[in-house]
Amino acid sequence: MYFNPRVEQKIVRVILCLFTFITVAILVFIMIFILRKGLPVVSWEFLSKNPLDMGKSGGIFSTIIGTIALTFMALLVATPLGVGTAIFLTEYTFESRLTRVIRFGAECLAGIPSIIFGLFGFILFVTKLKFGWSILSGGLTLAFMILPTIIRTSEEAVRAVPGSYRQVSYSLGSTKWQTVTRVVLPSALPGIVTGVILSIGRSIGETAAVIFTAGSALRLPSSLFSSSRTMAVHFYVLAREGISMSKAYGTAAVLVLAILVINLVTYYLMEKFIRRYR
Amino acid sequence: MKKHRLERNEKLTRLVLLLIAFSAVSVLAVITIFIFAEGTPIMFRYGVKKFLLGLDWYPTEKSFGLLPMITGSMMVTLGALVLGVPFGLACAIFLTEFSSKRLRQLVKPVIELLAGIPSVVYGFMGVVLLVPFIRETLGGPGLSVLAASIILGIMILPTIISISIDSLLAVPSTYRDGSIAMGATRWQTVRMVLLPAARSGIIASIILGMGRAIGETMAVIMIAGNAIALPNSILAPVRTLTSNIALEMGYASGEHREALFATGVILFIIIMILNTVASISSARRVKRK
Amino acid sequence: MNPPRYAVRVLIGVFSVLATLMLSACWRRGAQKELTVAGSTSIQPFADRWAEVYMTKYPGKVVNVQGGGSSAGIQAARSGAADIGTSSRELKPEERDLTEIVVARDGLAVIVHPSSLVSDLTIAQVQQIFAGKIRNWSELGGRDKLITVVTREEGSGTRGAFQEMVMGKVRIYKGAIVEDSNGTVREIVAGDPDSIGYISLGLVNEAVKALKLDGVIPTDENILEKRYRLVRPFLFVTNGPASGEAKNFIDFVLSEEGQDLIKKEGLIPAQ
Repeated sequence: MYFNPRVEQKIVRVILCLFTFITVAILVFIMIFILRKGLPVVSWEFLSKNPLDMGKSGGIFSTIIGTIALTFMALLVATPLGVGTAIFLTEYTFESRLTRVIRFGAECLAGIPSIIFGLFGFILFVTKLKFGWSILSGGLTLAFMILPTIIRTSEEAVRAVPGSYRQVSYSLGSTKWQTVTRVVLPSALPGIVTGVILSIGRSIGETAAVIFTAGSALRLPSSLFSSSRTMAVHFYVLAREGISMSKAYGTAAVLVLAILVINLVTYYLMEKFIRRYR
Repeated sequence: MKKHRLERNEKLTRLVLLLIAFSAVSVLAVITIFIFAEGTPIMFRYGVKKFLLGLDWYPTEKSFGLLPMITGSMMVTLGALVLGVPFGLACAIFLTEFSSKRLRQLVKPVIELLAGIPSVVYGFMGVVLLVPFIRETLGGPGLSVLAASIILGIMILPTIISISIDSLLAVPSTYRDGSIAMGATRWQTVRMVLLPAARSGIIASIILGMGRAIGETMAVIMIAGNAIALPNSILAPVRTLTSNIALEMGYASGEHREALFATGVILFIIIMILNTVASISSARRVKRK
Repeated sequence: MNPPRYAVRVLIGVFSVLATLMLSACWRRGAQKELTVAGSTSIQPFADRWAEVYMTKYPGKVVNVQGGGSSAGIQAARSGAADIGTSSRELKPEERDLTEIVVARDGLAVIVHPSSLVSDLTIAQVQQIFAGKIRNWSELGGRDKLITVVTREEGSGTRGAFQEMVMGKVRIYKGAIVEDSNGTVREIVAGDPDSIGYISLGLVNEAVKALKLDGVIPTDENILEKRYRLVRPFLFVTNGPASGEAKNFIDFVLSEEGQDLIKKEGLIPAQ
């Protein structure tokens, strides 16, 4: 049947609008639901006290520390590795099979499910290397997970630095390394930091890999070899086992807020980055 | 003299960076080799066919049939795509072609923000809201293929929308202008010119979404029921490959552990295939320009 | 100095300071060893309670409690990932080379939704339900609804105990829903009016109803009188006889104070 194209368009427009509305509504609803149920629970006490009685009472302080420790450990390992790789790929080689292999490797790493990282981390770090359930095991595992993101964003950031900057630097007599450290890196910094912040967002929410490598101990971690629970894991345990729905919502609210803040910061940084090169 | 030292330092720096870059790749290599080394022997020892097509997963009795889990993963992922792709594409098309730039600049970041919500939160919402609903209105335990498909579908929406929007925006405006100049309506332009032009990017987004759905563990464990039987309807409980690993990893030893690594190998292969197809697809997009 | 270069230096500085702090924390491991107790999810809340009191009593000592399931705990004790593995089932023959200590006893309760019309079943009936032979509540005097069977994962001590005491040689039904902790099973049964599951007696609360088995109500009294027969030991498992910190903790757990603690929480002392 031949529809009048204008009529067809009107109908399609309505359908598309509806679908979009439903999609956005669902996504926004989830966030509002969590915040509405969880924010009332969040208080200074909630954030600063440790969980008691398996999490039924008390707060989530140790889990906040656990989350920060784990994320920081992961960044500590992944950032130098990732940025170094990115610099190598852009500044120190030509496009060749080598670079394609490295890049393909990073892309594949990005697609591996988190549970496989968890499996790998559990067998290698926790069991074989005898690190046990610890921030060390969890941090290293997370580092491998965020490595591809850091490589990808750093590479884009470094590539985006205009060639003219480099030319000027060389023409003034600098070596390659001086150019990289004093000209290219500082200019690429916002882009690199964006990638780092994105990875922070991902690490905070990660559960599958963390639960099998960092464990789920409720105490405040005292060293790198301590097991520690992250907020995401704490939420998982509380919610699943019905220990305390209100505390679960509270933890989720803190998580969602943290991610909101991180995304806003990323967005702001990216705007600044783009504007700089206008 | 000084020039020699400078050159040597440069070579040294290059070497160090090469090592760093290589270590990044070797991380991948180590993980891959590890998983394959631990997982493939048992696949051949047990019989690849029996492994992939066996219906009974009773590890304590040395029975390692993965078919129910493979089917589970496939059904749940397919379900996620059936729900996620139409909504995702519709959203992307609407935001690029049928709305103002300001609306898009407002909505796109919100959608990307929602990609950051942890999967356990999505799973929890499924348990609290979706599962009881399915149980009361459609029957069954509620923990089902359907529940998992819906939640996974929602989870992959941001991926599909975001990348599809980028693909559509990347189509040169000359395509659009030319089509409109010839008298086509907006929708005709989208349908006959833009979608085909952005096809490879959109396909890449779908495949990436698929990869995310297959690899998802936590949300699925919470809402799919984890039964080891082959699911006989979308209301039946189901276990996916990822859940299988997560549920048994802590205590598996010996052959059982090897079987879990083998499950990992299968997952790995599936995702590598998806990744490669996605790269080829987007590479084709770049080459066209 | 131009801003970006300054920023880079500041960032590197902050990074190094924090990194040094982190790495120095690494050294503290030598000073004070943490005790890792891992395994049964049935034991976990109680182990955590013991740990809480232990750490308050002896400040400076640290005890970390993990879950993972009984088999995982036994594995962990063997591999050294945990100092003490916990198990809510008897050790299997191939596990007997490890040292086990009974720290408590716990009943196993078969639970249903509070609104269920069924309150009393024979063990034979429970076996048939979990084997998938009885499929509908109407066969047992309940509503005309399909039974949703909920079980634990294979590595669970609770499941192991259930298998041994109720199922015998009969396999648990393939279509049963599988969950990985007592709490989760309880949540599901509490939410689904047509479901049935089994959990540690110590974890039963008002959200679920514990069935009478062969007419016997699951209470501590009935367990002590040996009328209610679904009882399993809570074990602390170590690789070799317990020593050092592990022994200290176990001594505390077995002391009057430790045993009183869990009596209050609903467990039965080791005796």
